[in-house]
Amino acid sequence: MSDATLSPAAMADTMPEQLTTADGKPLKQALIRAQSHARRRAFLLVAPLLAFILLTFVMPIGQMLHRSVHNEGFTWHEDVASGERTRIMANLSQWFDQNELGTEPGEAAFAALAADLVVLREVKAAGQAGTRINYERSGSRSMFTKAARRAQRLEAPFKEAIVDLDEDWLDPDLWRVMRDASSSYTANFYLAALDRTKDADGNVTPVNENRQVYVKLFQRTLFLSIVITFMTFILAYPIAHLLATLPLAKSNLLMILVLLPFWTSLLVRTTSWMVLLQSQGVVNDALVSTGILADDNRLEMMYNQAGTLIAMTHILLPFMVLPLYSVMRPINPSYVRAARSLGATSWTAFRRVYFPQTVPGIGAGALLVFILAVGYYITPALVGGADGQLISNLIAFHMQNSLNWSLAAALAALLLGGILLLYWLYDRLVGIDNLKLG
Amino acid sequence: MANSSRNNAFVEFERVQKSYDGENLVVKDLNLTLPRGEFLTMLGPSGSGKTTCLMMLAGFETATHGDIRLDGVSINHIPPHKRGIGMVFQNYALFPHMTIAENLSFPLEVRGMGKSEREQKVKRALDMVEMGAFGGRRPSQLSGGQQQRIALARALVFEPELVLMDEPLGALDKQLREKMQFEITRLAHNLGITTVYVTHDQTEALTMSDRVAVFNDGRIQQLAPPNELYEAPVNSFVAQFIGENNTMEGTIKEITGNQALVQLDDGEVIRCKPVNVYKPGERARVSIRPERVEYNKDRMQEGAHTIKAEVLEFIYMGDIFRTRLKVAGNEEFIIKTRNAPDQVRLQAGQQIEIGWMPEDCHALDA
Ligand SMILES: Nc1ncnc2c1ncn2[C@@H]1O[C@H](COP(=O)(O)OP(=O)(O)OP(=O)(O)O)[C@@H](O)[C@H]1O
Ligand SMILES: [Mg+2]
Repeated sequence: MSDATLSPAAMADTMPEQLTTADGKPLKQALIRAQSHARRRAFLLVAPLLAFILLTFVMPIGQMLHRSVHNEGFTWHEDVASGERTRIMANLSQWFDQNELGTEPGEAAFAALAADLVVLREVKAAGQAGTRINYERSGSRSMFTKAARRAQRLEAPFKEAIVDLDEDWLDPDLWRVMRDASSSYTANFYLAALDRTKDADGNVTPVNENRQVYVKLFQRTLFLSIVITFMTFILAYPIAHLLATLPLAKSNLLMILVLLPFWTSLLVRTTSWMVLLQSQGVVNDALVSTGILADDNRLEMMYNQAGTLIAMTHILLPFMVLPLYSVMRPINPSYVRAARSLGATSWTAFRRVYFPQTVPGIGAGALLVFILAVGYYITPALVGGADGQLISNLIAFHMQNSLNWSLAAALAALLLGGILLLYWLYDRLVGIDNLKLG
Repeated sequence: MANSSRNNAFVEFERVQKSYDGENLVVKDLNLTLPRGEFLTMLGPSGSGKTTCLMMLAGFETATHGDIRLDGVSINHIPPHKRGIGMVFQNYALFPHMTIAENLSFPLEVRGMGKSEREQKVKRALDMVEMGAFGGRRPSQLSGGQQQRIALARALVFEPELVLMDEPLGALDKQLREKMQFEITRLAHNLGITTVYVTHDQTEALTMSDRVAVFNDGRIQQLAPPNELYEAPVNSFVAQFIGENNTMEGTIKEITGNQALVQLDDGEVIRCKPVNVYKPGERARVSIRPERVEYNKDRMQEGAHTIKAEVLEFIYMGDIFRTRLKVAGNEEFIIKTRNAPDQVRLQAGQQIEIGWMPEDCHALDA
């Protein structure tokens, strides 16, 4: 930048015109050139991180979002060994294109189906296609496998022949599901994730009452996360205050105790809660042996919501303590003293002077704990029992057991959307620059 | 009330002691009486217990022993918020999440004052410190000096009779400090408030106070008006602490009434005024102010005590000359002379004779 100094002469007579450096180059260009080197270097420094984030964060999330609206189960088959892609259900898809929703499937439709069944049999994709339909209409998978097995022997009139195999092939709902599935892109998984479905006419309706699970689970997750956030706040505030006001030597020791849970395995911690809280566990035994509880009246604190609540509050506590501590430590005690000397009782001084200064920490801690709680998985799976499960447990179920990845992705995307919405709300109400993590 | 008007004491410390750890006394036997309307400064080196005294008065520390009375009433068991004492903290302690006006309104609010009355008082307080236009700002948007004024206004807005200030000007630069020193004293006198002011800047103490209490080692070493403190220190700590002083050590040879003869360690005998030395043979520290030493023969007064000296260094400081001499073996002997047109300028290496009046030369404890 040494050549970018202004010559006094240039300054004097070119003031309204362009400023130039001593050797006559425009000042702006000189500045840009001088800075571009630094900028290039800065970019190179962050490039690995950028690549890492792109690879491990942006791409998986993008893929997940894509998968939640995209499923090729009823449109393409990919051979596992050769990787060869085959178009399946092409004829039926064509029929759907030519006939609008609600058209009674006639001979033409069944003929198309029969032709597609032959293809399914050839590439061994009947299970895949059936599974895709089964996601939205249970009991359909076996219809496809059975029909594909007999595909070669089917003869005109195809309608009769196929209905002969199974009466259900006439079900208008089945045809509605097949119509939706015959395009790779669909919003039906989002409908399913919200306990909605389409009826035969394509109108969105709630699913059967005994099959409504997801909305209830979202609600429960939200409710439990709020309760957990609140409980960690209630517990963490005094601890953080103590940590912040004790002399450093003592507060360091206490801080180790707070952080200790971080250093032990999550499984160990969760298991020890099981040991403590189960009906034959330490707490119940102690209560019974001291006569507070009757032996046949043991408290149910494990394998239900109470278990999830207690264990998760404990596990997430440090995430509340640390941000609170980091805002409390630098608060000078003279603020409260000043308030007291100005005539405030200790409660008023706390409420009007101390507490408002800790709000950024409360916001950060609450956001952190809440987001972690909403997505928590292991602890509720271990101690939650049936009614202590959270939405993540169901996402995991669809990932691992039912293998309905699209639904899992839709649920996860809804969760992500919900969190982003809360984050936005938080920003509107409190201001994200009021957040202090440390 | 009757008690206080009789003996004229508004604030009283009586035999107050304070220990934080049960082993060391931070404040040892503090006795202090403060009449209404007085501006008292506590001055002393770091760690001498000034803040501790202030905190005991404000109610944030309890006295381990003794009695503190405010207006004749013992306040040992009155919580801070009921004492009605205004306080200015060293870091100002302006509430960062409130605007200036809200800060000022806080003490009025907690007293349950109505809104219109509050606004009126806040406005008056802001005008008083010439900050009327800043009510809507946050403390972080003000300069140090402005924050200082607001802290002062906040301590005064609820009209306390007693205001405590703990090194309120510590963070300001010299010019602003001098301006604020003047403003604080002006306000305190105009409003007739009793003020206890803590500082370890002796100039500040001397220029602002009605009386100064010099603290050291948990005790008040001397409690006196500034001029007395400067001209008649009662012991060598005060003499050293307040202003600049030349000291020479020696032994008392003779004491007769108002005069003592001290034999310095290099044999020279000096006439001086005994302060807290009592009998011959005692070790003594002779102390004389640099500006009370004269080297110009024409200006030397009748009866001056003279002694030989060698000029080591002559420093021109504008309004004064500062000359370092070697006197009776002491190479740090400083004299200050005014830069008058007819003043002789000395040169290093010159042999001269200096002199002073015996009453300006104090014999103190060594
Ligand atoms: N909370 C405390 N706990 C223990 N010792 C303390 C505490 N506060 C002060 N002290 C000790 O008491 C002594 C006097 O402290 P104090 O703060 O009164 O000094 P000070 O005269 O105000 O000094 P400074 O000019 O540095 O502010 C010091 O030795 C200090 O270490
Ligand atoms: Mg102090």
